[in-house]
Amino acid sequence: MPIALFRVDERLIHGQVVVGWGKHLGVDRIAVIDDEVVASPWERDLYCLGVPSEVGVVFASVQDARHELAVWRADPRRIIVLVRDVETLARLAQHQLLDHEEINLGGIHFAPGRERLLPYLFLSPEECERLREVARSGAVITARDLPGTRPVTLDDLLPEE
Amino acid sequence: MSDGQIRGLVVAHGSVAPALVAAVRQISGCEEGALQAISNDGRGPDQLLETVREAAGEGPVLVFTDLSSGSCAFTARKVAAQRPATAVLSGVNLPLLLDFVFHRDLPLHPLVDRLVAKGRGEINGACIEEMVRADRALSR
Repeated sequence: MPIALFRVDERLIHGQVVVGWGKHLGVDRIAVIDDEVVASPWERDLYCLGVPSEVGVVFASVQDARHELAVWRADPRRIIVLVRDVETLARLAQHQLLDHEEINLGGIHFAPGRERLLPYLFLSPEECERLREVARSGAVITARDLPGTRPVTLDDLLPEE
Repeated sequence: MSDGQIRGLVVAHGSVAPALVAAVRQISGCEEGALQAISNDGRGPDQLLETVREAAGEGPVLVFTDLSSGSCAFTARKVAAQRPATAVLSGVNLPLLLDFVFHRDLPLHPLVDRLVAKGRGEINGACIEEMVRADRALSR
């Protein structure tokens, strides 16, 4: 089963993911790929508190996820995969690991150095370039906060100057 | 600033928090410091965390959130995990907030138990037909 949603979202597990996408896609599991959260048992517990009991949660470091991705894709259960930032996505995408994978940019908020591209998406020039690299490695990237909104392609998001 | 009473923070999506706090003030006439509204609008996880931490200040705090699965609840739990005398209550509604402002002098744990019971007890449902039937039965 292909990954139901592969999302970049600073908030990781939160309402839009659990309610907006989770109900829409009928997911069985949510995978969080994040080195920091993996190393923090209490943060993992906090994230699990926000997930309905019928939905499983797995946590993986970037290194482990590079192996787990194939397992998740082969699993019949429907899964949402979450990373918090473009850097984590870019590390996962090395060696064409995300070739043909559809990547959803779901929520990156304002921070110094970032510019607003969409109401829910702020990116720095470095992050824009990293996304272009990920796209060149074969991933198909669109921005979309919720299932009911219009997806914006990376070409529309980051037109070549 | 602390008068020894528990302060409430309502941390919720969009305009939910300011609307709830405005309604509580309108109905109860409670002092401004009793309850503060924080919206997640336009705030990333780090900004929201910092805002809630700052608002919590010193003294006992009860953080009310809307969705138990949302980023507001996650942030509130993160603050509570690292701060003493902090409780989190999800699924906030107007009746329990009104009860809160009149019982801020209770200890934190019994207060949370009381408010959870109050909030749940105020959720009732009935189909129109049943209500009409009940009204007719009462008028006989």
